[in-house]
This record gives sequence, C-alpha cells and structure tokens, in this order.
Amino acid sequence: MREIVIISGKGGTGKTTVSAAFAHLAQNKIICDLDVDAPDLHILLAPDVRQTEPFISGNEAEIRQADCVHCGQCQKLCAFEAVSFDGSIYKVDPLRCEGCGVCVKLCPAQAIDFPEGHCGDWHVSDTRFGQMVHAQLFPGQENSGKLVGLLKTEARKRAREQKLETILCDGSPGVGCPVIASLSGATLAVGVVEPTPSGRHDFTRVADLCRHFRVPLAVIINKADLNPAEADAIEAMCAENGHALLGRLPFDPVVTQAMVRRQALTEFDNPVGNALKDMWSALQEMKTGREARTTTRIGE
Amino acid sequence: MKIAIASGKGGAGKTSVAASLARVWDAPLIAVDTDAEAPNLHLFLPPAIEKSCVSWLRVPGLDREKCVSCGKCRDICTYKAIASFAGKISIFQDMCHGCGGCFAVCHTGAITEDRRELGRLESGTVLEGSVRFLMGRTRIGESMTPPLLRQEHKALDEMLEAAPADALLDSPPGVSCPAVTVTRDADMILLVADPTPFGFHDFKLAHQAFLPLSKPVCAVINRAGAEGNEAGDEAVRAYCRENGLPLLAELPFERAAAEQYASGRLLADLSPEWRERFTALRDALRAEYARVKEADHA
Repeated sequence: MREIVIISGKGGTGKTTVSAAFAHLAQNKIICDLDVDAPDLHILLAPDVRQTEPFISGNEAEIRQADCVHCGQCQKLCAFEAVSFDGSIYKVDPLRCEGCGVCVKLCPAQAIDFPEGHCGDWHVSDTRFGQMVHAQLFPGQENSGKLVGLLKTEARKRAREQKLETILCDGSPGVGCPVIASLSGATLAVGVVEPTPSGRHDFTRVADLCRHFRVPLAVIINKADLNPAEADAIEAMCAENGHALLGRLPFDPVVTQAMVRRQALTEFDNPVGNALKDMWSALQEMKTGREARTTTRIGE
Repeated sequence: MKIAIASGKGGAGKTSVAASLARVWDAPLIAVDTDAEAPNLHLFLPPAIEKSCVSWLRVPGLDREKCVSCGKCRDICTYKAIASFAGKISIFQDMCHGCGGCFAVCHTGAITEDRRELGRLESGTVLEGSVRFLMGRTRIGESMTPPLLRQEHKALDEMLEAAPADALLDSPPGVSCPAVTVTRDADMILLVADPTPFGFHDFKLAHQAFLPLSKPVCAVINRAGAEGNEAGDEAVRAYCRENGLPLLAELPFERAAAEQYASGRLLADLSPEWRERFTALRDALRAEYARVKEADHA
C-alpha cells in the first residue's frame, strides 16, 4: 500500500487542484483531505457524507466561581498566561488555554473543571472518484495534528479492509504540526511549487522537512511561466537534492474555471489537465519510499 | 494600531498586501512577519537584520541522582512527554509543550531546567531604514508554532514601547491555533479574500473563526475580475454586505501583477495606479479604525 501526500509549504500553490486531478486518475484508492483547518477538496468532489463522527480532543480549564478561594495559584502556575484576575474573580481565557491541566490538578480548592472539547467533526463519504475521509476542525481549535493522525488511521483501516492500493492525501500549508502528522508514515510526498520567491523559499523548508522524516519527494512546478528563471532554479535544486521532477504546469485561467465548474482539471480536455495526466503516469513509474526501502532490504 | 492581515486560505495575497501597505505607509511602522512556518515578507522587503536570536521553550531535564521515581511528573504531563519504564523516568523533550507542570510537582529537584529550540526571532529595518521589521521562523522539525509566536508578540510589544508605531502583522494561513494566536493580539483584522470557490470558502471560515475575538474585521478582495469568476467576486461582496464586513478595496486580477509578485517586486511599485490602490487602502484602514474607536466611545 502506498500513501501519497500532496504538500507545498506555501499556501495557494495548487495542492488541492493537483489532489483532485490525481483523485480522478488513481485506481483502487481512498481519498483523504488532511487540510483539516481549511479543507477545500470537498468543494470539487461534492461528497455524499455517509458517516459523521465528533472529534473529541483536549480539555479546557474552567474555574467554578462558587468554589474559588482566590489564592491565585492557577494564575501563577499557568505558563500560557491564560488566567486573568480582574480584581474580583479569576478567569481562564479559552483562547489562550492550552489544556495542559496543571491548574486543574494543583488547585488547592479543586475548583477548576476540565471538560473535554468537541474540536471538530470527521466524515466518511462517497464521491464520484471513490471513498473519501475528511474533517473540519472548528474555527480556532487546536490539535489539528491529532485530527490528521486520526484521518490517516481511518483511511489506512479502510484501505486494508477493501484491499486498496493507494491512499491519496491533500495536505496543508506550512511545516508545523499538521504537516508533520501528514508526512508520518507517508511513502511519497508530492510538492506543488510555484516559481516565486515565496514559493521557492517555503518549498525549500518543506523539502528539508521531508528529508528530516525520510519521505521521498516528487515535484510539480505550477504556474511555471510566471517566472521561467525561477522555475529553472527550482529544477536545478530538485536535481541537486535528488527530488524527482514530474513536470511544469502553466499559469492558465482554466484552473479557476475548473474550480468554478466544480470539476477536476482532468475531467475535461484542456492543456493543464493533460499535463497532469502525464505527471500521474510518470508517478506510477516511481518507487515510493517504503517499496524502495523494502527492495533494498531484499537486496541485502 | 496593530493590524493583522489574515486570510484563511494560503496564497490569497496576505504578504503582497502587507508588503505594499508597508511601502506606502506614511507614519512610523513595524512590519511583522508572523507566518513563522512559511515566512515570506523578508523576500519582498529585504531587511537589514540588526538582531537575531534563538527562541527557546523551557522544557524539563532530569537529574537521575535526585529522582526518586515517584511518578508525579509523569502523572501531571498531559502531553506524554514523560514516561516511566521499569520504574525509571524518561523525558521526551520533543513532545513537551512547556506547561511547567513537572517543575511544579517535583519535590526533590530532579526536574532540571533545559530548553528546546523553537526557531529564531530576527529584527531590523526595511525600506532604507524607514520601517522597522520583525520576523519569526520556526526550526524545521519543530511541530509547535504558537510558543514562538507568543515570544514574537512580546518582542513586538518591546519594540513598540521603545518607540510607538503602527504594526502590520502578516499572519499565518488557516483558522487554527497559529492564526488565532496572532489575530487575538491585534487591534483590527484585515481579511484578504481570494474570490475563487476555494478562497471564498476559507474566507468565510476565517471570518467565523475571528468573530469571537470581538475585533473589528474588514476585507479586501484580491484578484477581482478574473475571467469566468464574476460570480465569485459577487459572492464575496454579498457576504460582506450581509455580514456588515466593510469591504475596503478590490485589487484587480492582472497577469502583470502575478508576474510582479513572481519576480519578488511589490505591487505598489508596479504602476501609479497600483500605488494609488494601496494608499487608498491605507487611508481606508485608518478611517475604519477611527470609525470603530468612535463607535466604541459613543
């Protein structure tokens, strides 16, 4: 079983556009939207939701005012400056509370409740391209990495049960907690890069992250004609670092038009969609990380 | 006045708007890059860095001689950063969130001060010294961004105390902890709306996420008038109207603008028309802030 994750570092470079096209082209797969913070893949795939489960994670401290003895211990202990005192009562700011529970466990009056948080919902759905697992973290919530991990576990379980070959994941921007969780266990990362100073800069960081976690990286240069010199520089960087280059996509209004039509680019005839088909074929020829490692082990 | 420039969706144009606003700002200003996982403002406003320091998280170390394996540190740790194997305490510093609970409960002094590198904070000036600059950058492999952002905000407050100024905060994308950590400390939020179906969806998410912060929120549409997406522009306008969200400006979709950005140059330097768009946005931001303040007093 292979697990492909589409990432980029910088947001808005075309991860979801590429993910939708690959979701259309891949056989025997389950689709997974790991951008739980600002998911967009469902906009194109119009999922028919079959199952919805709450994502319960983390806790939040709440001071019971009736029992509070105003000793101020919670405020002193809180490393996140979440406890404030307005001259008469102590209060926890839910936006600052990290849910560590230190104040709860050490309050001498045991006056702090610690209810569990319902931080989001996750779904299993049917789409015209196959089954999809996806989620929505509620706005402002934490623990996106945990939710990403949960989605991957659910996708793997279903892939095993249904003997599916591929888990295809749309990732999130950045290099932090949700991206690290996305890369965990992945056999291949596909980086969608735009040839702009920001695109290259952030891609370098995500490429370093892939190296850190030993996930092989294949690269698509999107909107390549906006700055051909920068696109060349990215290609050179890929060659130098051993990242497979899948090809270049043009800056073309058809990308937005496909989005407006709620279609993957490969669902109708256009140059960008055709290039994506070639890239998907090229990707089939590549050895993914786990296969590559297994091969080496057999050879030893 | 601290203005957070946020978006929900990545690639909506936060950095472009922040950099060009800094270019035309006509009062003392600090340009701050708080997108510490993928900081880009320095690429458009090349800084003269004066100070660069490592940002640390206080994490526990262990003095085995003093440890009596009571397990109190393990029991208080929510993040499973402390475990015990065969009666011996082990600490996994990478998992630590820095809550300090283990320090508070250890009565033998076995928990010792240690630290983990979160990333770096760098400060200096941009635009020939006319604008002060601050950026955070997470270490690759570090999963926690909010503690670095909190330290960055403290650094910003120190800079503001040293010399009062306005601050423009180029914010992280998304609507979860990094974005909220930045926007909750701002006086006003400017949402950059990308009017594509993806962009509009994430714009609404961001608006909903920031509403509970009870801050004035206003919006600017980026890449308005793209061929075939007229309905998208209208959807953002209608949403703003219906939700009382002041729409301060619309920046047009132009290939020349995309190329200007792709070459690392500022939109405000593309043409007199583009510069005028940003001076108008600057004035509109100020007027909107004054209007909200006045309404608060009334």
